[in-house]
Amino acid sequence: MSIATDIATPAVASKFDVARIRKDFPILHTKVHGKPLVYLDNAATSQKPQSVIDALARYYKEQNSNVHRGVHFLSGFATEAYEETRKKITRYINAASEREVIFVRGTTEGVNLVAQSFGKKFIGKGDEAVISALEHHSNIVPWQMVCDERGATLRVAPINDDGEIIVEEYAKLLNAKTKIVAFAHVSNALGTVNPVKEMIALAHDHGIPVLIDGAQALPHMRVDMQDLDCDFYTFSSHKMFGPTGVGVLYGKEKLLNAMPPYQGGGDMIRSVTFEKTTYNDLPYKFEAGTPNIADVVGFGAAIDYLNNLDFPAIESYEHDLLAYATEVLTSNKRVRIIGTSKHKAGVISFVVDGVHAHDVGTIVDSEGIAVRTGHHCAMPVMERFKVAATARASFAFYNTKEEVDALARGINKVIEVFG
Amino acid sequence: MSELKTLYQEMILDHNKNPRNFRAMEDADRSVEGYNPLCGDHYTVYMKMDGEMVKDISFTGAGCAISKASASVMSAMVKGKTRAQAEKLFEQFHQLVTGEVGGENHIEELGKLAAFSGVSEFPARVKCAILAWHTMKSALEAKAETVTTE
Repeated sequence: MSIATDIATPAVASKFDVARIRKDFPILHTKVHGKPLVYLDNAATSQKPQSVIDALARYYKEQNSNVHRGVHFLSGFATEAYEETRKKITRYINAASEREVIFVRGTTEGVNLVAQSFGKKFIGKGDEAVISALEHHSNIVPWQMVCDERGATLRVAPINDDGEIIVEEYAKLLNAKTKIVAFAHVSNALGTVNPVKEMIALAHDHGIPVLIDGAQALPHMRVDMQDLDCDFYTFSSHKMFGPTGVGVLYGKEKLLNAMPPYQGGGDMIRSVTFEKTTYNDLPYKFEAGTPNIADVVGFGAAIDYLNNLDFPAIESYEHDLLAYATEVLTSNKRVRIIGTSKHKAGVISFVVDGVHAHDVGTIVDSEGIAVRTGHHCAMPVMERFKVAATARASFAFYNTKEEVDALARGINKVIEVFG
Repeated sequence: MSELKTLYQEMILDHNKNPRNFRAMEDADRSVEGYNPLCGDHYTVYMKMDGEMVKDISFTGAGCAISKASASVMSAMVKGKTRAQAEKLFEQFHQLVTGEVGGENHIEELGKLAAFSGVSEFPARVKCAILAWHTMKSALEAKAETVTTE
């Protein structure tokens, strides 16, 4: 593989100036196998704008120090930068306070934190946890683990042939034994946008707390914790144009206060003796050890970047792009799209008749096109649709119709090779 | 495109479309499952031995073109060979797809296997090419556990 620098010149007339946006992302102007990179693997991770890359470099050049408790200048500086991101996120998702914004490694750790900590206190023998059939493994396995440990049962709300949760069936699963409900805002494998508000309200009718896996939602839409009224919401920086290795668990203060710590160590304590340890207040109670300071600072730069974008225009642009891609791909009779909900965000999972997804992935890669192939960490979804694997094109606001056309040509080449 | 052509050679595409020895074997001495869950490549290799000779070999299952063609060619080459010959073919194939083979002469000795020489240029696909071979080796050794090359 060779990577060289080049300047791509996309030309899409829209209210949303994609050509200008693309200039902010240096990697979009590189070449792969001698062809301009067409990056359609955004559901796996997004690319980073220059401002995020600069913030990371600046942090290590000028600000690096450990946070909290330091009396020297740099420690104060780093603490301020770290806590500034928490403030930005609190505003960005409209949390009630900074105490409700906990830094974790990513969405996976956010789910594990709640499963372990909430589970230890509130899930017992004979209880039930409810998830859905379109979950990523990270929102299945932590619940299986805690249910196994606590003697509880995991119940799964089914999906229909379009890849939508059957809400009536989900409602039937909720009962007095249900201690928690967890589901994705947007499916990573199918692109389905779930009716989260309706599903949260149904759980709340039974007094059941709800965790939302927001990893695939934040890259495409703004979310408002007061409006959603969920009890937990977790997401990853790296899927929303920030660095890897950091994410957020939002939780309602009352619930977080009632939960035991997740990990023990520095920062999460107020005082320690060998006889007794008292824990720190929120959010630090759940942030044991030196946090990922640099990437949190970089995440802050990503939030700044997102704050400067016109989200209604982005949503409209992405909607058009998805509709265009769906039309172009389905016009090819050999292509079948898996996940056909009317409410989708930025993801097209597809199979090419008679060709395995990995062969599709390798051939389009030779044209510089990055798509993901496999089970997308959602093996039960693959099982539901009776496919071993799919190819998945996932979009961000910097993708263009020209890139969709390149993918269509890549698929034609797959068919040419395989006949 | 040239690299791609070396991967998807005519022979590989043919064996993918019309796999040889593609059937279950009811009177097999042994059968071993080969499964790469991340890819979804999933095969069963059936074998019937006559002393030290592989009297019959067949396979069933599904997966990408590389894994299926590799299973097909493997079955065609191993059938009628002795255990020692089959093990040598396994070694040669392994070296070929991991790019450890030396000069051209060496490749020519490999016969049909040479079609897989392009795999070494695609490191992510090596596991596909070797799955059926590792499964066959397990069958030779009369092992029961599912084989994986991921």
